[in-house]
Amino acid sequence: MSAAALGSRIRRPRRRRSDPDASRIPPHELLSVALQGLRTRRLRAFLSALGIAIGIGAMVAVVGVSASSQANLLALIDSLGTNLLTVSPGQTFLGNSGVLPDTAVGSILHMPTVQQASAVYQVSQASVLRSPYVPADETGGIGVDATDSGLLAAVSGKLAAGQFLDSATENYPTVVLGAEAASTLQIFSVSGHIQVFLGGTWFTVIGILQPVTLDSTLDSTVFIGLPVAERLFQTQPNPSEIYVRADQSQVTPTSKLLAATADPQQPDGVSVGVPVDALKARAAAKGQFTTLLLGLGAVALLVGAIGIANIMVISVLERRGEIGLRRALGATKRHISAQFLAESALLAALGGVAGLLLGALATLAYALGQHEPMIVPGYALVAAPAAGLTIGMISGLYPAAKAARLSPTEALRAT
Amino acid sequence: MEPVLKLREVSKKYPGGVAALRDVSVEISAGEQAAVVGPSGSGKTTMLTVLGTLELPTSGFVEVVGRDVLRASDVALAGLRAHKIGFVFQGFHLQESLTAIDNVANGMLYTGARARERREAARAALARVGLAGRLTHRPGQMSGGERQRVAIARAIAKRPVIVLADEPTGNLDSKSGHEVIDLLHELATDGATLVLITHDPGIAAGFPRRILMSDGEIVGDERR
Repeated sequence: MSAAALGSRIRRPRRRRSDPDASRIPPHELLSVALQGLRTRRLRAFLSALGIAIGIGAMVAVVGVSASSQANLLALIDSLGTNLLTVSPGQTFLGNSGVLPDTAVGSILHMPTVQQASAVYQVSQASVLRSPYVPADETGGIGVDATDSGLLAAVSGKLAAGQFLDSATENYPTVVLGAEAASTLQIFSVSGHIQVFLGGTWFTVIGILQPVTLDSTLDSTVFIGLPVAERLFQTQPNPSEIYVRADQSQVTPTSKLLAATADPQQPDGVSVGVPVDALKARAAAKGQFTTLLLGLGAVALLVGAIGIANIMVISVLERRGEIGLRRALGATKRHISAQFLAESALLAALGGVAGLLLGALATLAYALGQHEPMIVPGYALVAAPAAGLTIGMISGLYPAAKAARLSPTEALRAT
Repeated sequence: MEPVLKLREVSKKYPGGVAALRDVSVEISAGEQAAVVGPSGSGKTTMLTVLGTLELPTSGFVEVVGRDVLRASDVALAGLRAHKIGFVFQGFHLQESLTAIDNVANGMLYTGARARERREAARAALARVGLAGRLTHRPGQMSGGERQRVAIARAIAKRPVIVLADEPTGNLDSKSGHEVIDLLHELATDGATLVLITHDPGIAAGFPRRILMSDGEIVGDERR
């Protein structure tokens, strides 16, 4: 046998496709048959797609809402600057709690990669009270810190009222209140010469801060100038915390050098922190929290899938006549199962698209309410209809197989 | 004439032991018009479904348009039905949601013909059964006789070799019944083979060949 003859012999089976008497229906016609099947039972199609729409909508909303609030938090962090580092006394090698030397701020400011640095100093033995008649131990958890005029800028804080300490007021008994401290003391404005009784002396309130996102411990603190603290309360100029702004590109190298710079004698007694990292972790945790809700969405989807399978089984039983007719008209078993599979997949895919819209709307409503940016992750645009399609295929498998197995004569006898 | 339908010693037993066909042997030639007559339960519908390849016999040999049915695949038999066989049922089996022309065009859905070709053929077939003015009517808007004519148009639109009709007048009054039978006779003179099942000897009398059935067996085969 020649090679050519052998070749034609091998190729022959492919010719079956062009058999003029084969049973065939182009895929797009099959799809339109499936669509027509759905159109003739609109209410039923709507209700069974609704289950899928709710399930997918819930999942899209969960993902969208968490992405939106995460994006909001990250945007906030970025606006506050990600180059803030903190230096505080840690535990020494021997287990004693460390003390930062009074030269620490000056040394840190000499680092070439540091833009600014500002410190707070704990003022012990001083409590802040509304008046001398309040018992001295009822401090309401408000701490007193001495600081310099640069603190506000270093922590990206904002004033709610009044002004911050400056090179003049830091020498006198004036005080700036953290947001929480102000509300504990019931002081909401700086007008009219309001005073608080601080460590046995009347201090005039000159400013109130807004909550500080980067370090919320500052909110329950009141601030006085270091010179006045040294004079009145013998406060030691050893910082309890130093806020350092490094060059944006040098944050990590700077953080590695900070301990040795702050206390060259005992660098292991210095703890260096990146507050933004903690906030970012919190943003990530906000995303994690959604797993449970996603699980609930998945349950809704499962119920939707069972609903579709159920409705398709009923549909197959009801449409035995149609199935028998199609078989008589020349449909193969495969054509029948493909038709029902396509109906089921189409139904669920439409549900998926509707769910995507529902979820996006829910996210939008939430974002508008929270004044956050509205974000639906890009993958959801593909994943939602694809999930619907897949669920529909799976739910349709059994009904489709059942439809194909029906004996055509039995089917015709049914009506 | 070459036989287009051939049954040899065909038996069909249903689960439970009911024998619908017992050793039936018959040959029907191309272009022949045959009525299968018998009381209900005589096996005539089973014979039609076997001839139409909708059902396979328990034993025996079936050949339809030259194809050995028992050895053919589901796909091959479906192709045979799509192109060569037209069915007319007692219950019409029209889709209520579709117009007459769409019902007829859908009769060729599995032939691979394009939508436009199908509609053209459907229009022509409906004109032939006298429903040219009813193209966009739905089954619910038509009388029983008209509906059966739509079903006949669906069966003949693809120009089948064989038309199989199962009690096509069963749901009709006698006037429309006669019209339907006349129409089938007229259409079959085109060369298509017509096999019609009826329990009505009056209708059967109009056919050149009458196959008489009783208890799953052929008890008479008369020709005029």
